[in-house]
Amino acid sequence: MIEPMIDIEHVSKAYDGRIVVDDLSLAVPQGAFCVLLGPSGCGKSTTLRMINRLVDFDSGAIRVGGEDVLLAPPEALRRRIGYVIQSSGLFPHWRIGDNIATVPRLLGWPREQIDARVGELLTLLRLDPAIYRGKFPHQLSGGEQQRVGVARALAADPDVLLMDEPFAAVDPITRDALQVEIARIHRETGKTIIFVTHDIEEALRVATVIAILDKGRLAQLGTPIDIVENPKSDFVRGFIGAQGIGLKLLSVRRVGERMRAGESADGKPISQHATLAEALGTMTEQRRDRLPVADGEGRVVGVITLADLVR
Amino acid sequence: MRAAWKSPVLWVGLLFAFLLLDMRQLQPLFTAAFPGVRPEIFDRASFLELFWSHLALVAVASGAATVVGIALAVFVTRPAGSDFRTLVNVAATIGQTFPPAAVLALAVPALGFGPRPTMMALFLYGLLPIVENSIAGIEGVPAAVRDAASGMGLSRWQALRDVELPLAAPVILAGVRVSVTIGIGTATIGSAVGALTFGTPIFDGLAGNKLPYVIQGAMLVALFAILTDLMLARLARVLSPPG
Repeated sequence: MIEPMIDIEHVSKAYDGRIVVDDLSLAVPQGAFCVLLGPSGCGKSTTLRMINRLVDFDSGAIRVGGEDVLLAPPEALRRRIGYVIQSSGLFPHWRIGDNIATVPRLLGWPREQIDARVGELLTLLRLDPAIYRGKFPHQLSGGEQQRVGVARALAADPDVLLMDEPFAAVDPITRDALQVEIARIHRETGKTIIFVTHDIEEALRVATVIAILDKGRLAQLGTPIDIVENPKSDFVRGFIGAQGIGLKLLSVRRVGERMRAGESADGKPISQHATLAEALGTMTEQRRDRLPVADGEGRVVGVITLADLVR
Repeated sequence: MRAAWKSPVLWVGLLFAFLLLDMRQLQPLFTAAFPGVRPEIFDRASFLELFWSHLALVAVASGAATVVGIALAVFVTRPAGSDFRTLVNVAATIGQTFPPAAVLALAVPALGFGPRPTMMALFLYGLLPIVENSIAGIEGVPAAVRDAASGMGLSRWQALRDVELPLAAPVILAGVRVSVTIGIGTATIGSAVGALTFGTPIFDGLAGNKLPYVIQGAMLVALFAILTDLMLARLARVLSPPG
């Protein structure tokens, strides 16, 4: 069996006798987009922060890339794990370029390599380096700051990215765009991502695997489809919401799974990575029951019909 | 950017330099206003001598208060020093509430006459604004920024040097500015125990009933304090982080 990228084994943590993480075990395979999901106080943030040792755990073990996190000094560990937080946490007195360069500079990369990497990352996050590199954080919108926060976390090309409710503080439209971006970056870079949220819709949109936590314990682990179709307990059923299960299913299945390959149709194509919910929305908006489907490069590769959505 | 000639620093500086180097030009004015006083201009020491001595006194005392004040603030804002926070605050407050004249009276038997007891009094008196502002400045660094700094892998020392202190700098500097400005005015009482300052003509004038000397000393010390305040305000603007 392949060693998981992140291996949490029987980890517990209590604050002043109050247990927040209770004998939690969770193995996250390399390349997974794992969302830790749960109500506030379920221990999801604490779990995330134990991985890079911002919080010390009381018992158990955590391994990242097969290596016990307690073996290396915490600073060295953190420099090889990307970290993104809710309110971006950009250093307000540094320009965007310097913010992104934080970890490479700590690691002593040569100047030219750092400059090249900063340009590369700004481009990856769809921010024009010529415009943004020299700006200060306060000159950016909340969504742009959050993109820079992601770029900074990716700077030293870490294998693992930890994201603590990264999009909770931005407006809904920006949040949608950022969710699409992070899913794309995950596909393009193959990073292992641990992402904390309390928002079930967000989890369903971005995750390849969801871990639902309840009172510091793992309530259920599974793919988004598993979780929606087969909730294991009343807690999970209650948390994902009994209402609108059909719509949630549409929002976890992708167009690519249902399309008819090789056929074609008129109209503006929809991406094969889009969800069925998005396809339904587009059909309603354009008053069509057939849409062409495009791959990542924009080539039309098939068709999806209204009937395919409910199949 | 304003034109340089509109800057108050320039005009206050020129006026100060003029009085410092050439108070003599005002002699007719003093002769007319105070006919009985001879000589009209204080001459036991040159005003330039008084200035250097006054400056050195304040520089040493404020320099020490700044170093010690920031160090204490850094210490009590670390996890290891947080228990001492109240103690440091109380000690600094006592230093401020204790009148400098009383400190002088107590310090003279230990340190003798001259500049040393004055430095002691100025140091204690100037500590509080620096300690308080430094603590406020360091604690004002947003929690998200601290979290990001440690999450990125900055060591505690790197986080302090590269993130906390630069972000706290404007608030710390505001404390230093208050402390230095008060110190310049307060240093004059050092002349009561033999330190050479702009207070020397004031004390001589009061003792000898020579009002012009009092005015000369007071004008110079006021201009010195205002000029320093303006320059530190300008420095604070330069050091402020953007936004």
